[in-house]
Amino acid sequence: MQDADKTPSSSLPEQKTRFWHDPAKRALVFQILLVLVVLGFVGMIVQNTLNNLESRGITTGFDFLSQQAGFGITQTLIEYTESSSYGRTFVVGLLNTILVSALGVIVATILGFLIGVARLSNNWLVAKVASAYVEIFRNIPLLLQIFFWYFAVLQALPSPRKSIEIWDTFYLNVRGFYMPQPLPQEGFDLVWIALLIAVVASYVLIRWNKKRQDATGQRFPAYWVSLGMILGLPLLAFLASGSPLVWEQPVLKGFNFRGGMAILPELAALWVALSIYTAAFIAEIVRSGIEAVSKGQTEAASALGLSNGKVLRLVVIPQAVRVIIPPLTSQYLNLIKNSSLATAIGYPDLVSVFAGTTLNQTGQAIEVIFMTMLVYLTLSLLVSAFMNWFNSKMALVER
Amino acid sequence: MSDLSKVRHEMLPDLPPPENTTGPIGWMRRHLFSSVTNTVLTLFTLYILYILLVPTIDWAFLKADWFGETRDACTSGGACWVFVTTRFSQFLYGFYPEDLTWRIDLAFILLAVQLAWLMIPKLPYKGIVSVLVLFVYPIVAFYLLYGGSFGLDVVETHKWGGLSLTLVLAVIGIVAALPFGVLLALGRRSEMPIVKSFCVVYIELWRGVPLITVLFMASVMLPLFVPAEVTFDKLLRALIGIVMFQSAYMAEVVRGGLQAIPKGQYEAAQALGLNYWKMMGLVVLPQALKLMIPGIVNTFIALFKDTSLVLIIGLFDLLAIVQAGLTDPKWLGYSVEGYAFVAFMFWIFCFGMSKYSQHLERHFHTGHGSR
Amino acid sequence: MSNTRQLDDTIMVEMRGVNKWYGQFHVLKDVNLEVRKGERIVICGPSGSGKSTTIRCINRLEEHQKGDIVVADTVLNNDLKNIETIRREVGMVFQHFNLFPHLTVLENCALAPIWVRKTPRAEAEEIAMKYLRRVRIEEQALKYPGQLSGGQQQRVAIARSLCMNPQVMLFDEPTSALDPEMIKEVLDVMIELAEEGMTMLCVTHEMGFAKTVADRVIFMDKGQIIEENVPDAFFNNPQSERTQAFLSQILNH
Ligand SMILES: Nc1ncnc2c1ncn2[C@@H]1O[C@H](COP(=O)(O)OP(=O)(O)O)[C@@H](O)[C@H]1O
Ligand SMILES: [Mg+2]
Repeated sequence: MQDADKTPSSSLPEQKTRFWHDPAKRALVFQILLVLVVLGFVGMIVQNTLNNLESRGITTGFDFLSQQAGFGITQTLIEYTESSSYGRTFVVGLLNTILVSALGVIVATILGFLIGVARLSNNWLVAKVASAYVEIFRNIPLLLQIFFWYFAVLQALPSPRKSIEIWDTFYLNVRGFYMPQPLPQEGFDLVWIALLIAVVASYVLIRWNKKRQDATGQRFPAYWVSLGMILGLPLLAFLASGSPLVWEQPVLKGFNFRGGMAILPELAALWVALSIYTAAFIAEIVRSGIEAVSKGQTEAASALGLSNGKVLRLVVIPQAVRVIIPPLTSQYLNLIKNSSLATAIGYPDLVSVFAGTTLNQTGQAIEVIFMTMLVYLTLSLLVSAFMNWFNSKMALVER
Repeated sequence: MSDLSKVRHEMLPDLPPPENTTGPIGWMRRHLFSSVTNTVLTLFTLYILYILLVPTIDWAFLKADWFGETRDACTSGGACWVFVTTRFSQFLYGFYPEDLTWRIDLAFILLAVQLAWLMIPKLPYKGIVSVLVLFVYPIVAFYLLYGGSFGLDVVETHKWGGLSLTLVLAVIGIVAALPFGVLLALGRRSEMPIVKSFCVVYIELWRGVPLITVLFMASVMLPLFVPAEVTFDKLLRALIGIVMFQSAYMAEVVRGGLQAIPKGQYEAAQALGLNYWKMMGLVVLPQALKLMIPGIVNTFIALFKDTSLVLIIGLFDLLAIVQAGLTDPKWLGYSVEGYAFVAFMFWIFCFGMSKYSQHLERHFHTGHGSR
Repeated sequence: MSNTRQLDDTIMVEMRGVNKWYGQFHVLKDVNLEVRKGERIVICGPSGSGKSTTIRCINRLEEHQKGDIVVADTVLNNDLKNIETIRREVGMVFQHFNLFPHLTVLENCALAPIWVRKTPRAEAEEIAMKYLRRVRIEEQALKYPGQLSGGQQQRVAIARSLCMNPQVMLFDEPTSALDPEMIKEVLDVMIELAEEGMTMLCVTHEMGFAKTVADRVIFMDKGQIIEENVPDAFFNNPQSERTQAFLSQILNH
């Protein structure tokens, strides 16, 4: 409409658009104003912060990262002592976050897929039980579920002296779940090599099988054979090299167990709660993904003579996956973010040891919160980059 | 040729299906025992249910103790609900003065009445009620809960707690986040590059970090951001964090609603000569907001559950107050009862709301309500 | 006319006293039908009369509760082996095409030969191209279904069924979801198929097609076969009142 003014027709006297009526200029002014307001706001915050920090005598900067932390951490995946630096606590916390997230993602995915498929079962009872699971666990706050597992279940376990013993090798008590630790001896490398060979061989076998099917139409149960190889070859190598593995037993010394491996109750509670909670959401995603593939697709595939298993594998799943993957990745992201609830029960994750203990000891609130948020942001960005890539790769071609 | 010709002159009657395919027996045959695998599955599931449910029901109801004063009242060996019943009013109202709890009741009854009015399809004056809920009610609720005027005594926020605090956090969080969410969503769809990128950054930033870090930030960094003279109380700090965080999620819900409005609606509005704000306010948003209600309810459910995180920064919401009760030396060892109670309260709210949102979704989906 | 053709004596599809219920609702009542090899049958009738259900029972997309169905000498019962055998021999074309959107046209056609008949891929693709050529759509072989028009999609669907080299073809209103200008291209393909001697059962309201191609026309109402006859007699001299009413509605349309 306003564009008409820009190309004045010869019969009309030239008109000047009033500044405020030109949408482009209006947008420009509006955006400049927005930038000014935001800058002013940020400037004010920075000014206030600097004043406050000065009056509290807190120095800014990341120097504190090289200072000695002076506190212990109950679970460390890399070497860490009280004399390690705050920078190292950051890494330890990050690794612990990654550990519990990875464990949670694996179990939540398996459980979620099982329950999602069960919800679609033609067995009425199974479908109802699965949907009861979903309705119960997704409507109860995660923090409460973590508390339940930690305080009500795991803290109710007996003391180390009265541990629940399983075959005299596993011990369950209030301090954790203790099990023997495998200590590879000389010659164990052979097992790793065998595993590597088995993996490569499986890959080759599956490729060969596909080629052979293309050429002759014949199929071979390559997946089962691969599974057998991956389990069997390392076992053979292990036996052939004279079982080069020693199990270090946990033993009760004083009030606690020494040696062996332990899953701390904090880790266990967090892991169980995260898996159960997220599985409820994943189940819904899986169910709606499969339901999104129309009934006509199944019918057409069956009418062509494909067996039920092949209908699923060749027609339903490839289509359902497109629907499932994007919300599934955002559930994974939620799980990673939710693992920060670790703080509440003292599992030493990033938020707990860094945004918690480190922040309290150093008072470097801004730097610490900034670094913590940056970690989660980076993860989110990586995941959404993956999702964009996936969507562009998988999008169905439409007219 | 005539052998190919057949005519039926009398119609066949409707017959009932064969015995073994109908009634409870036929139903079970089809839905529980249709094959060997299915039968095994059914029996296995029944067994699991038996193992889980029978002891639970026994513990929670049959052998439970309900009323009393102290833990000595729990003698039956089952659940000791006495822990919950003796502290019930604390779980609902926190440390709010007991003679003033009617103010909380009134505030929530008012809210419930207004929401019910909006949810029941047949009632008139929906527009007026919406305005009341969004603009008048917050002021009324503030004076009811906090006091300080109209002859109502001030009740400091550190005395607030329990279920009422949980509801306050969730309701304020969602209501205050809505206008910001609308603005952010409009900004994200805007053609002005700076506005757009500003909104995208804001939204993705908050959606990318856990709520805990936001709460930490609000509780430790916010005081640094303002002049030293200004102080926020803890609740207000938590609320600011929650609203900033929630508005990003709300923006995505609003964006989804806006995207669902066909392009033709925008074009028709422009063709009528409406400018941007009139087009949005008169044509697009009224339609989109309706479609957004399920999404808004879903974010509300998520926020409602997430409010339990304020425990970590020292506020006493429902979970925190029960957790605190559990550490009372007089009541050690009743954590299962405590958690079961909290779980039940949260579950009722969340399940009810999710059913409502599913109902709305179906309603819009079948096209009854949408246009 | 075509209905004077000499037909083989082999019976391809036989339905004897077939009854089916959806819950308490009696959808199919005592349906009796014999289809001989090479025979072309058109089924018509008002919507909801059970036409689709009838032909979907033949390849077990729906289960019947009473009566017998025998297809190409295989008895249709709960035995998965028999069901698979029958589905291999029976092709089906749907109203809404039901092409697999994640596969190209060529992959759609080659899927069943590869996975059901265990044909080598190259050979399966050759077969697929052969039938795509026959439905005159070979130049679209590498496109995805979403990129084709309705008529093209339906022709691909026909080719996809033919790739299994079926002995019987079922058509469930193959042209009802198409724009008028696309109906002809699909009917042409069906007519060619008929001329090559395919055994066909078509649910359709294309009366022109019925008149020229069908050996027999069957009229269904309320889940039962009301009248069946050769097309001439069926259209010119319908016996039952219901048939007359239906025809007058459809032809005056
Ligand atoms: N899955 C089903 N459940 C219940 N009723 C059905 C189902 N499918 C079809 N029907 C009913 O069976 C009757 C016959 O359907 P159909 O064979 O599709 O009719 P037609 O193809 O002749 O239009 C209709 O009344 C329809 O409503
Ligand atoms: Mg039909």
